[in-house]
Amino acid sequence: MAIFLDENSRIIVQGMTGAEGMKHTRRMLLGGSNIVGGVNPRKAGEVVDVEGKQLPVFGTVAEAMAATGANVSVIFVPPAFAKAAMIEAIDAEIPLAVAITEGIPVHDSAVAWAYNVEKGLKTRLIGPNCPGIISPGKSNAGITPSDICGAGPIGLVSKSGTLTYQMMFELRDIGMSTAIGIGGDPVIGTTHIDALAAFEADPETKAIVLIGEIGGDSEEKAAAYIKAHVTKPVVAYVAGFTAPEGKTMGHAGAIVSGSAGTAQAKKEAFEAAGVKVGKTPSETAALMREVYKNL
Amino acid sequence: MDLFEYQARDMFEAHGVPVLQGLIADTPEEVEAAAAKIGGVVVVKAQVKAGGRGKAGGVKVAKSPAEAMELSEKIFGLNIKDHIVKRVMVAQGASIAKEFYFSVLLDRSNRTFLSLCSVEGGMEIEQLAEERPEALAKVAVSATKGIDLAEALSIAKQGGFDDETAAKVAPVFVKLYDVFVKEDATLVEVNPLVLTTDGDIIALDGKVSLDDNAEFRHERESMERDQLDPLEAKAKAMDLNYVKLDGEVGIIGNGAGLVMSTLDVVAYAGERHGGVKPANFLDIGGGASAEVMAAGLDVILNDPQVKSVFVNVFGGITACDAVANGIVGALKTLGDSATKPLVVRLDGNNVLEGRYILEQAAHPLVTVVDTMDEAADKAAELANR
Repeated sequence: MAIFLDENSRIIVQGMTGAEGMKHTRRMLLGGSNIVGGVNPRKAGEVVDVEGKQLPVFGTVAEAMAATGANVSVIFVPPAFAKAAMIEAIDAEIPLAVAITEGIPVHDSAVAWAYNVEKGLKTRLIGPNCPGIISPGKSNAGITPSDICGAGPIGLVSKSGTLTYQMMFELRDIGMSTAIGIGGDPVIGTTHIDALAAFEADPETKAIVLIGEIGGDSEEKAAAYIKAHVTKPVVAYVAGFTAPEGKTMGHAGAIVSGSAGTAQAKKEAFEAAGVKVGKTPSETAALMREVYKNL
Repeated sequence: MDLFEYQARDMFEAHGVPVLQGLIADTPEEVEAAAAKIGGVVVVKAQVKAGGRGKAGGVKVAKSPAEAMELSEKIFGLNIKDHIVKRVMVAQGASIAKEFYFSVLLDRSNRTFLSLCSVEGGMEIEQLAEERPEALAKVAVSATKGIDLAEALSIAKQGGFDDETAAKVAPVFVKLYDVFVKEDATLVEVNPLVLTTDGDIIALDGKVSLDDNAEFRHERESMERDQLDPLEAKAKAMDLNYVKLDGEVGIIGNGAGLVMSTLDVVAYAGERHGGVKPANFLDIGGGASAEVMAAGLDVILNDPQVKSVFVNVFGGITACDAVANGIVGALKTLGDSATKPLVVRLDGNNVLEGRYILEQAAHPLVTVVDTMDEAADKAAELANR
């Protein structure tokens, strides 16, 4: 098993024929993902050769699902069109939609999320502004390099893309069930808690690494959730202790506002919940290694 | 981006929210002219993005243009919480009967919008929330449904308004929600929203924050911006994601999370090396080309506080050999103007090729270190020499 994404995942790419979409469709295919088609209303009916695989282009997500049995969509469309792409995926009730696009106006994400809630949450939305999700050896939906680490018993959930890569790399000798980048925007579809709940229920996952960063209260909520509901060991890392107040640090959601959203508060919340927090990525990996030894 | 009060006022006016006349002025003479144009009693208000302007002496009532000019001389140049007053707004005076509070904002914790409303306005909202929480209504607003007249009336009632006043403020709430949506705001706050002795509802002071991600669909080129630090302005012109900090170790990395983490690791290392700190945040993003690397190094090496530079890259999409070529190319481009030591840590995609390129180039300023922690330590040590 793994969470949200596995060897049965059949992936379509919204925006496949664009430069980013094509680059990452190729990378996902080479990494072993089962890509079954793309969506672009202006190129519907065309067939694109990607690394020797003939990928049909459909006009809509619903058409692509009907024709290919796709159950995952990865969204690479530019920010101005991302809301429509997310809503199209939600309307088609595709089980998993992964929005990679960075720079989406927060009103658009908020509307897409509210729409998803009204529709009864038939679609699990991951992102936006995220690297996507990878279950090593099974499937990769997003831009995470496929070969950083193999399959193993650790589940990873992170707000940051490169810290996801870094942590997969640090723990490559142990391996991961699933690594999921939830994204650094203020409004995202899948939260730390959603991933924790799924990892807790996944028999292949034996321990969990959680990576957070300044801004919002997702980490504080995750800490409370861990205390109440998670029996598997969790190790956490929080980035942004040195971030000044009121400055956005790269991610749209990474900002300390007044006394809210500080790394210190998040660390304290984890520690109060009995979760060990690493000072650096490598110390966090070392803590997980200790946990792993005693599993 | 947070707006100045006068920008919020103008934005309100453009969307039909009732406001009083307000004119900006940058000199006492302009204040006098503005006051004469408006006529009657005016209020001269410092235009700084800081609370507590009134207490700091940044808001004064004047009965004549001459008095407005005289009072403004004391307001210009005031330091209000580290903001120097360079511009004021001369606003028409109001005869206030009652003060209310209304705002609508992004509630990221609940992934929805939220309206705050109270019939008791005027004081700082944080103070009201603390002292009289029962007087402040917090009403979740659906991003798909928004605030129509019925919803606005309901919000007003929950905020403690009587029927008659609720009927007066509700249409204004609807218009303020228009501002929130059409301008891609993350906060629209009116405090106070007033009922005048003539029975009119007026947005007397407003605070608006806009979503930077939505700039592409708005025409805001001519809007007054905060004065950027010169290095931040240079970085912005080169499309770099840079934040100036107060420290000695310049930082370049790829990915916002990794760069934030790098700052922290350098700060910890600094504790062992004379208290040196990270000098900046700089995320060169996924595609770290030679040009982007050169632009980034150029900004950082021009920071006179910087004593050493730490380049921390995890090759994900970007291959480390491309990054290494970027560093070598950048140093070639910069030539003799590059004088500060660089500590480079590469990991991930094509790391061996990347390290090999740097070894072959053998640039005297470059030290290649295997791990992030060791590299941070080395960079801090070099900055402390």
